Parts: sequence; structure tokens; C-alpha cells
Amino acid sequence: MSTIENQSILQLRDVTKIFARGTVDEVKALDSVNLDVYDQDFVTIIGSNGAGKSTLLNIIAGVFPPERGGKVIINGDDVTNLEEYRRAAYVGRVWQEPEVGTARKLSLEENLSLALLRARPRGLRIAINKKRRQLFCEALARLGLGLEDRLDTPAGTLSGGQRQALALVMATISRPAILLLDEHIATLDPKTAQTVLQLSDIIVKREKMTTIMVTHNMEIALRYGDRLIMMHEGRIVVDMGEADKKTLTVSDLVTAFERAAGEQFKDDTILLSPR
Amino acid sequence: MDVAGSLLSMSWYEGLVFGLVAIGVYFTFRVLSFPDLSVDGTFPLGGAIAAVLIVSGVNPFVATLGAFGGGLGAGLVTGLLNTRLRISALLAGILMMVALYSVNLRIMGRANVPLLREVTSFDMVAQILGVKSGMAVSIGFVLVVVFIFVAALNWFLRTEIGLALRATGDNEQMVRGLGADTNKTVLLGCSLSNGLVALAGALVAQNQGFSDVGMGIGMIVMGLASVIIGEGVFRPRGITSILLACLGGTFLYRLFINIALRLGMAPGDLKLITAVLVIIVLAVPYVRKKIRHEWLPPAVRW
Ligand SMILES: Nc1ncnc2c1ncn2[C@@H]1O[C@H](COP(=O)(O)OP(=O)(O)OP(=O)(O)O)[C@@H](O)[C@H]1O
Ligand SMILES: [Mg+2]
Repeated sequence: MSTIENQSILQLRDVTKIFARGTVDEVKALDSVNLDVYDQDFVTIIGSNGAGKSTLLNIIAGVFPPERGGKVIINGDDVTNLEEYRRAAYVGRVWQEPEVGTARKLSLEENLSLALLRARPRGLRIAINKKRRQLFCEALARLGLGLEDRLDTPAGTLSGGQRQALALVMATISRPAILLLDEHIATLDPKTAQTVLQLSDIIVKREKMTTIMVTHNMEIALRYGDRLIMMHEGRIVVDMGEADKKTLTVSDLVTAFERAAGEQFKDDTILLSPR
Repeated sequence: MDVAGSLLSMSWYEGLVFGLVAIGVYFTFRVLSFPDLSVDGTFPLGGAIAAVLIVSGVNPFVATLGAFGGGLGAGLVTGLLNTRLRISALLAGILMMVALYSVNLRIMGRANVPLLREVTSFDMVAQILGVKSGMAVSIGFVLVVVFIFVAALNWFLRTEIGLALRATGDNEQMVRGLGADTNKTVLLGCSLSNGLVALAGALVAQNQGFSDVGMGIGMIVMGLASVIIGEGVFRPRGITSILLACLGGTFLYRLFINIALRLGMAPGDLKLITAVLVIIVLAVPYVRKKIRHEWLPPAVRW
């Protein structure tokens, strides 16, 4: 885990989220979560279905606010009640489905231009100029997928993996304070998933992004990032830093989970998920 | 003038003026994915505002701009019904269409305001040029108006705000995630769309010499038909070609209608034929899949 003198990027204080409150379907998706993420942390989050991982990211991104009393602080600013679109300056995000992160009918450069203006007021300047096109070209060229030659084709014509790679560039091009990756390789075939994962790792390191990555795969959670969090029933049950992580195996992780959650580990979808 | 010539020039004029309606419909249906039916009410609203202002002595150009402004306002209300009160786009449009019928009657004070004795924008243009009013003047004036508005739109849609607007109908969640308020882009889009439609209504009323409370009936379907024809025939890619395809589609649609009328189609059947045309085009992809036994999702109801 990062040292104390490191700058705190994200602070969650007593964050609870209850869905369908007061009905028979009431779910406590998050249960008084406290979390501190420091500058350039690369956190991987793991947990069974319904553990509250996506809800946690949604709270950080401002899709919905936490219950009363909870606080979300990014870069020292209290953003708890800031609407999603106003919070975009702080948060870049890649979703599980490639369709969500990119606009199908718009060209690659139009998508990137939208992303570039994440933190700036939009005005009546022409959205794409020479300088910006140059910037997009360079950013895409670094992916090594040849996308820089297809700046004016619609994003909908790209493959799922290419779209996720584009979404990654879009999420990071304007350097938000924090990058959220929510199972962003889950719908890709194993080989493409590996490529996109490696690209994510490269971009995170090069851009020195503070990152939270949700994954279903324990191996990936162990191999990538420098801090690992495990969630269970809306709570953080394991939180370990780089030193602990290095020596850890999947079976250690299962043991840690059993001890923390206080129950037999039975969700084998996590264990058996392919590399 | 020979028959073919008059058919063509009529279609030219109508293609341009109703092309504004098609562009408005394109804006909501295609760009925003907001099926806005208030068009049937904002078209006569434009006619009503222009007619009443002209009759009360306002400069006809100013009256025409006033109609454009009225349309902007009405579109804004449709958008607000959806974004603020969460009424579905379809219902918001229908509510506005119905409400505007009464509003238009109130504005005009009766069902029909004649403009034959008034000096309209078209008469002014003819006066300034020192020629007699006629088809040539009508086409020329409408061409200039359409050119100005299409050029402005062509520019606007490429700006940073315009880009956010175009992305809204494509992927609203992403646009919000990238820091643009999609409620505002929807309001802006609805407003502009209905402004264009009202502008067309104002021009039509002045050209035909009266404004009538019923002149908007079926306007949405005609606009859709024009858009569909334009997309199908010209297969536009890029903003400029899409705007031009809307105009081209309207021209072809009007030409088709004018020929049918000349061949003896009863004018009353026009809306039925248009509706059938749109139904056929919308049903083709479904029927094609059905024949190929492809899986089909259940029909969209909302
Ligand atoms: N919008 C919502 N409305 C109602 N309940 C919800 C909503 N979103 C999530 N939930 C519930 O909250 C709980 C946590 O869901 P969440 O999506 O955060 O889990 P997750 O850890 O991301 O799971 P998965 O691994 O399946 O993606 C679940 O029980 C889920 O059913
Ligand atoms: Mg999830």
C-alpha cells in the first residue's frame, strides 16, 4: 500500500448504497465502505457476483449518490453531490460492453474529440482541428493496432477489442484524476482480452494514472496492479498492498477470503475463470 | 410554362421549403433519437405567428424570424416535458401537438387568417428586385433562406457543442460520462428542430396567402418520408451530405406527389399514400429478416 505522505486521490467515507429501499427487493449493495486511494495506485477489485463492485464504481463516477452521511472526495474536493456529467473532469471510465464506451455512428476522431473536452467547457469552436487530429493520431498510434489510419471511420465498424482500446484512450486522453475499469475485458475473446489488458497496463503506467480495475479473474487481480481489494456483500473484506500481493497465490486468496467473509468460499465462477 | 417545367419548379420550391421540415425531423428522430411529434403543431404555429404579425403591420421578414423564435420556444417546452418531467419523448410530442392546436387558434383568433391583401416576405423580395411575384421569386427567396440556415447548421454541428448534440442520440450514457449535460443537448436539439419547422410554416403560409390551423396535419409523416427517401437514395455520409440528402429526399417526395396529383390522384388521398409509403419502408427490414428466419426482438412499444 502507498505510504502516508503520498497524496490522497480518492476518499470514500462511510459510503452505503441501498437499492429499492422499503420494498421486498431491498438490497444493501454497499455497506459503510471506507476507502483511500493514493496517487498512482493501481487497485484491482475482485469479488463474487453482486458483491457491489460496479455499485462502488458508479458511486465514484457519480451515476447515483450514496445514502445520506456518505462522502466521496476526489483530489480533495467533496464531489458527493456533484452530478455525473460534472464529475467527468475527475473520472475516466471504461465499461464492460464496448458499445457503452464509444459512440457507434461517430468517427474515431469525433469520439476522441468528445473525450478530449471532458474537463473543459464546450463552446462554438470547431471540434476537430489539425492540432487535435495530430494528437489523436499519436495517441492511437501508441496502441499499435493501426487505428490511427482510420480516424474518420465510424467507431461502430471496429471490433470489440478495438473499441475497448479506443475507449481506453478516450478515458485517459484528458488525464482525469482517476481511471475506472469495470470488467472491461470480460466480453472479449481470451487473446483480445490479453491484448487490451496489456494496453491498459501500459497506458496506466505511462500516464501515471490512479486506477481502479474490477475483474472476475483472480490471476489477473494478482498479476496486475499494486494493491488488491476483495469485496463481499457490499463490504471490503480484503485489502492488501504490493508486498503481500507479490507472494500470494490464488489459493492464499481463497483462504484470505474465507477468513474475512467468515464463510465457506463457494463461488467457483471466480476460481475457474480462464486466464 | 409546359407541364414538366411547372411540375419541376413546383417540386423545387416545395423541396426547399419542406426540406426545412425534413431537416427538423432528421434532427430529432435521427440525431437525438427523440421521436418528436410536436412538429404537426409547430408547423402551423409558425404560420400563425407570421400571419398575425404581418396583419398587425410588422415587417414580414421580422415576422418570419418571429415564427422561427416561436418554434424554438415550443420545441424547448417539448424537450422540458421529457428532460424535467420524464414524460416519454413520444407522449411529450403528442401532448404538445394537441396543446398547440388550441394555442394556434388563440394566436390567430380564428381557424384561418388570409394574407392575400398583405405584403409578405415574397412580395417584399419581388419589390426590392423590381420584378413581379411568381414562382421564380418564390424559389429564389426560399433558396436563400434555406442556404443560410443549412450553412449555419452545417457549421454548428461541427462545433464542440454540436458534436455533443450529435453524440447524445448515439450514446447518451457515454456523453454524460464525458462531461456533457445531455439534458441540455436534448433541449437544444428539440428547440432547433421545431424552430426550423415553424420557419417552414411561416414561409408556406406567406407563399400560399393564408395561415390555417389545420395546415400541419401529417407534417411529421411527410418529413419522415422525405428523410427516409433522402437516406435511401443518396446514402449520405457526413454532415453536409446528410443535410443535402434531406433536401434531396424532400424534392423527390414532392416530385412523386406532384406527378401523382397530375395523373389524377385525389388530393385527399395524399396523406394515406404517404403513410403507406413510410409503412412499407419501415417494414422492409423486418419482413426481410422474417423471410430469412432470423431472430427478431419483440416490437418496441415505447
Ligand atoms: N440499479 C440497480 N437497481 C437495483 N439493484 C441494483 C442496481 N444495481 C445493482 N443492484 C444490486 O446491487 C447489488 C450489487 O450489484 P453490483 O452490480 O454492484 O455487483 P457486482 O459486484 O458488480 O457484480 P457482478 O460481478 O455481477 O458485476 C446486486 O444485488 C444488484 O442486484
Ligand atoms: Mg459488475
